Amino acid sequence: MLNRTAENVARATPEPLARKVRGISDKGLAWLFISPTILLLLAINIFPLFWAIYLSFTNFRANRPNEVVKNLGFANYQRILDDQDIWIAMQTTAHFVFWTILLQTLIGFTLAWLIDRKFRGHAFWTTLILVPMMLSPAVVGNFWRFLYEPQIGLFSYVISFVSGIPPTSIQMLSNVSLAPWSIIIVDTWMWTPYVMLICLAGLRSIPEYIYEAAEVDRASNWRQFWSITLPMALPFIMLAVLFRGIENFKMFDMVNLLTGGGPGSTTEVASITLKRQAFESWRTGYSSAFAIILFVAVFGLANIYVKALNKVKQR
Amino acid sequence: MSLTTAHSVVAPSAGSKRIAGAIIIAYALISIVPLLWIFATSFKTPPDSIAYPPKIVFQPSIEGYCNLFTTRTRQTPEYINSLGPATGFCDETVRKRNMVIAGPSNFLPRFINSLVIAFGSTFCAVFLGTLSAYGFSRFKVPLADDLLFFILSTRFMPPIAVAIPIYLMYRELGLSDTALGMILLYTAVNVSLAVWLLKGFIDEIPREYEEAAMIDGYTRLQAFWRTVLPQATTGIAATAIFCLIFAWNEYAFAALLTSGTAQTAPPFIPTIIGEGGQDWPAVAAGTTIFLVPILVFTILLRKQLLRGITFGAVRK
Repeated sequence: MLNRTAENVARATPEPLARKVRGISDKGLAWLFISPTILLLLAINIFPLFWAIYLSFTNFRANRPNEVVKNLGFANYQRILDDQDIWIAMQTTAHFVFWTILLQTLIGFTLAWLIDRKFRGHAFWTTLILVPMMLSPAVVGNFWRFLYEPQIGLFSYVISFVSGIPPTSIQMLSNVSLAPWSIIIVDTWMWTPYVMLICLAGLRSIPEYIYEAAEVDRASNWRQFWSITLPMALPFIMLAVLFRGIENFKMFDMVNLLTGGGPGSTTEVASITLKRQAFESWRTGYSSAFAIILFVAVFGLANIYVKALNKVKQR
Repeated sequence: MSLTTAHSVVAPSAGSKRIAGAIIIAYALISIVPLLWIFATSFKTPPDSIAYPPKIVFQPSIEGYCNLFTTRTRQTPEYINSLGPATGFCDETVRKRNMVIAGPSNFLPRFINSLVIAFGSTFCAVFLGTLSAYGFSRFKVPLADDLLFFILSTRFMPPIAVAIPIYLMYRELGLSDTALGMILLYTAVNVSLAVWLLKGFIDEIPREYEEAAMIDGYTRLQAFWRTVLPQATTGIAATAIFCLIFAWNEYAFAALLTSGTAQTAPPFIPTIIGEGGQDWPAVAAGTTIFLVPILVFTILLRKQLLRGITFGAVRK
C-alpha cells in the first residue's frame, strides 16, 4: 500500500521533485518504520508507568475519583517496607519461584539429556511433551481444580490409590501445607517442557568432535558429562532459568484460579496481594507504590542475571 | 572395548537409547493425561463426571456441550410435559433433568471476543513489528541497542502492575471493557516479541537482494516490499502465530479490565456454573473448544518454537 502511494505521488510530480519523494532518505525511512512502535509503547506502557509513579506518592483511590488527592511523599513506600503482609507475600513468591525453577530445571534438563540420545520416534514424543506449555495457564489451571477435588478428582484418586491415604484427606487446595504444592505441581507440569526445549538446544549446540577428543583421551562418561556436557549447556540452562524466573515472579493466572491466594493467605504471591490491594481494597496509591517496587525488583534482578549470563557465555 | 561401552552422546548404545526412549515416552504419556481427562470429561454427563471412583469407561454424551452453549431453568414435570415435542438432542437431554433451555449462554459471544481481540492485536503487532524490525535490521538507528532493550523491558512488568494505571487511563478514555482497548493493550505487549523475533528473521535475509533490486531502479520501499517481505513470510507467519497464542491465552488483563461486552474466553470459562457448583462437563467442553486451535498451532510451529519462546535469543 505504502509504496503504491509513494509511486503515485512520484509519477504525478515533476522529475527533480519526484526523485526526492521516491527516494525518502534511509534515515527518514528508519524513523518512519520505527516510530509507530515507539509511540504505541510510550502511550500504553511508559505513560501509564509515569502515572503509576505519580500515584504512588498520593493517597488516591480509584473507587473515589472525586475525593481530594493528597501528596504523601514517600509514605506509601515506607508503609510497604514496614508491612508484615507484604514481606510474607514476597517470601511466598520466593518459595514459589525457588521450587518451581529447581524442579523444572532438574526434570527439564534430564528429559533433554535423554531426548538427545535420539531414540527412534524422539521427534514425535518431544512434540507431545511440548503441548502443555502452549496452553492457557488460566484455562488449564482452572481445570486442575477439578483434578485436585478430594475423592472425585483424578489426581487425588491416583495419589490415594497408590499411597493408601484415604481419598477424602487429600485436600490439595484447602490444606495449608499442600496448597503451595498444588500450584508448584501444575506450574512444573506446564513449564518443564519449556526448560527442556532450551536445554535441548544447548545440548545440540555441543560439537561432536569435543566428545570424540574426550573419547580418545579415555575420559569416562561421568567425566565427560561434568566437564563437557554440563558446562557447555550452562548458558542455555541459565537462559531458561532467567525466563522462568521472571515469568514466575509475575505469576498470577494459575494462583488466582487454583487457590485465589488461599487458604487464608498461604499461597498469596506478590501479584495476588497487588490485585487485592488495587482492585479489591482500591488502595490505588499504595498498590501503585508496591507495583513500582516489584517492577524495579524484577528489572534489577534480570539485569544482574543477564550480566552473569554474558560472563558465562564468554568463557 | 571402546566398541561395547556407551559413547555418551557421540554414539549412544542401543541399550541406553531404549531406556531413554522408555522414560521419555512414560513422561509424555503421564503429562498428557490431564489433557485427555479434560477431553473425556467434556463428553460425560454431570453425574458421571463427579462419580467416585472417577469413571474411565462411560457412556459418551454431548450434554456438556449443550450446557456450555445454553442457559437453562428448572421447571416442574407437568410444565415440561405440557410443552410440545423436544426440538433437538440438547432439548431432549435437558428435559430429562427437569429443565428447559432458556436461551443461549454467553460462551459464543465471549469466544467471538477472543477471536476478534486475538486476531486484531496480532495483525497490529505484526504490522508494527515488521516495520520496526526492518528499521532496526537495515539502518543505523541511533541508540538502537537501548531502544531494543526498552522495547523488551516492557515485558518485565507484572501485568497487574501495568493494569492499575491502564485501568484508570481506559476509564478516562472510555476504553474500559471495549475490544479496541484490549486490542491496543495486547498489541503493545506483543509488539516487543514481534520486533525481537522479526529482527532475527530479517537479519538472516542477505542485504544483497535489496541492493540488487535498488540497482535495478527500485526505491528502498519497493525493495522492502518486493524482496524482503516475500522472503520473510515464514518468519512473519511464525511470529503471528506466537502473538496469536499469547493474546488467545492471556488472562490477567482480560480478567481485570473486561467484565462484560469485551470479555474474552479465559476469564469466562471458570465462571461457568451449574446447579450446586461448577458444571465440570460444560467447563471441560469450553476448555476443549478453546484449546483445539492452540494444539493445531503447536504442531505447525514445532520447528520455530524454540525461537519464539526465547524472543529469538536461541536459534537452531
